Amino acid sequence: MSGATTTAAGAGTAPAAPVPAAEPRVRSGRRRGLIPAAVVALYVLVALCAPLISPFDPDHADLVARLSGPFASAHGHFHLLGTDALGRDVLSRAFYGSRVSIAVAAATVVVSGAFGVFVGVLAGWYRGWVGVVVMRVADIALSVPFFLLAILVVAVLGPSLVNVVICLALVRWPRYTRIAYASVLETRERGFVRGAVAVGAPGRWIVTRHVLPEVLPLAVVVATLELGLMVVFEASLSFIGLGVQPPTASWGSMLSDGQSYVATAWWLVTFPGLALFGLVLAVNLLGDAVRDRLDPKRSVPKRPFRRRGPGRPGRAPGWLRPGASGTAPSPGGPPGPAAPTHPSQEA
Amino acid sequence: MTTSYTARDTTRGTAGATVLDVRDLRVTFGPGLDAVDGLTLSARRGETVAVVGESGCGKTLSALALAGLLPEGATVTGSAVLDGHQLVGRGERQWRALRGSKVGMIFQDAATALNPLMSVGAQIEEVMAIHGTYRRAARRARAVELLASVGVPDAETRARSHPHQLSGGMRQRVMIAMALAGSPDLVVADEPTTALDVTVQAQVLALLRESTRDAAVLFITHDMGVVAEIADRVVVMYAGSVVEAGPLDEVLERPHHPYTAALLASVPDPDAPRAGELPTIPGRVPPLGERGSGCPFRDRCPKARERCAERPPLSELTPGGSAAACWYPGHTGAPERAEAPGRATAPGTTGAGPGPDGDPATPTTPHEEGTS
Repeated sequence: MSGATTTAAGAGTAPAAPVPAAEPRVRSGRRRGLIPAAVVALYVLVALCAPLISPFDPDHADLVARLSGPFASAHGHFHLLGTDALGRDVLSRAFYGSRVSIAVAAATVVVSGAFGVFVGVLAGWYRGWVGVVVMRVADIALSVPFFLLAILVVAVLGPSLVNVVICLALVRWPRYTRIAYASVLETRERGFVRGAVAVGAPGRWIVTRHVLPEVLPLAVVVATLELGLMVVFEASLSFIGLGVQPPTASWGSMLSDGQSYVATAWWLVTFPGLALFGLVLAVNLLGDAVRDRLDPKRSVPKRPFRRRGPGRPGRAPGWLRPGASGTAPSPGGPPGPAAPTHPSQEA
Repeated sequence: MTTSYTARDTTRGTAGATVLDVRDLRVTFGPGLDAVDGLTLSARRGETVAVVGESGCGKTLSALALAGLLPEGATVTGSAVLDGHQLVGRGERQWRALRGSKVGMIFQDAATALNPLMSVGAQIEEVMAIHGTYRRAARRARAVELLASVGVPDAETRARSHPHQLSGGMRQRVMIAMALAGSPDLVVADEPTTALDVTVQAQVLALLRESTRDAAVLFITHDMGVVAEIADRVVVMYAGSVVEAGPLDEVLERPHHPYTAALLASVPDPDAPRAGELPTIPGRVPPLGERGSGCPFRDRCPKARERCAERPPLSELTPGGSAAACWYPGHTGAPERAEAPGRATAPGTTGAGPGPDGDPATPTTPHEEGTS
């Protein structure tokens, strides 16, 4: 910004010359999301390739090698991140754990997002009793304590990955519903929706072709920000034993298994914890970057208006100074030859 | 209120059969809240009827009523027949079949009435897709054809442009193309040129006139200059009801209703020497709910007499089809002369009036100050 300021004020010859000032800002915004995106992509890649890159079977117990530290070799097997209390390879389990985290988080976001946006759009479009019912149910869903609901769901349906997704989706859909509802209420009053009504478009047509494109970017932003939270929630559920069941590896269950050995085997909680931390951080940073890219109010480069033309700092343009071009242009009178057509642009 | 009048042959000469026949149309928001209080007008194919009036006189609501786009809470009574279809009392689903294909709507602000996320070509195609009038491939070609016909240069490329890439005039042209895409019988244009600057306005008006030969146009405006340019016939509305109606020349040259005369007097004349402040109409439009039973204009009318406490009917005054709702009609203006007996029923045409500018019927005559 400072470099751009000096160019514009110092040279200030051609109006078109110092335009590139806005460019670096946009690029830096893009770059900001690049590293988190790469990190998330790496996690996804690891999750997809877990069977290929894991040095051991994650569930294979090698009791001889139990609780060996990082870089330990036990009867010819090298464990980069050590082994747990049953002698299972921590690195392999962490690799496999990423599958659970990412699958649950992605599935939850998709399910709760699709449902939340759907009912939110319905509520916003039909308003009336549909809107009241949907939004009050959303309020109720938001007020339900998450872990109590999780315990209830697991108690009724039994612990499983699918039930974790159901449980999380039950709690998180109102986030999308509220955003979608507000956005539809705003969009339905806009001119192009009235225009679509005026050409005879049926409601479903207007919603899918004109309203949804306004709602979806907002929902995508919420979804990326939710993704990180869902990773944490899945880990929390697995930690308290309501998520995936042993011996399936999940970061949450690894943390839970390792907590009794914190004093003696630090690697059991450190590495899954770091993996969790890294993914959540990357996803949240990515979410911020996505929000900034998609939010038109934030993406406008904050550049003050510059005087164009010959730089005469501190001097009002000619037409403003008394006596420079006769009287001030009056709406009724014939405009003088020097009277500018659009004074506001130059002021 | 149900007095009918017929238009003379219009200047365009293409006017055909009556397409739109509105009788005693009322838009009500509740007891005593008649926003439109008895609108009666008719329009022929190829004819442009301008509905004029100041803000709050019900002209926009009338337009919305004829397009079935009234806000919630408004009820319409009366009769409005468009090409054999009764427009009053239609349900939403029945309206949908008419909108776009029978009634085309042009909004004031094309910048907001177009979807910023869709190319303009796609939005024109959409109208045809909704009504299923063309196959997919034909829609594309027809959209480009429509854009070209409304004077968009390089229509092929422009069809792929998004609204923000077009100028205000171009966007309004796209709006017109959209309104015409369904080949409607009636085009309702609600102040379509208000957001445009004067040169573009003139182009768009000429284009609108050119491209609506096969439809009746209901043109809503408050701008007498625009009326003079586009209308074949004029309907002047005041406080929800028609106060004067007639062919363009008659209404502009020999206004019968004092409100019309006052409106015309407040139009600045660029050729006349500046005599002082522009004449204005004192007071304001009586708000909804405070309109009594008498002539709605009587509080602001320089000619108002006791009889005005009773509502004057819209009665035909000239063979040309002019009608006014006034007990003392007359275009010569002076209140004393308007008192002449018999004028209410058979006024006839009394000589050449002073024209739209400098009409003595102006309620205010301040000639003291120069420029403010």
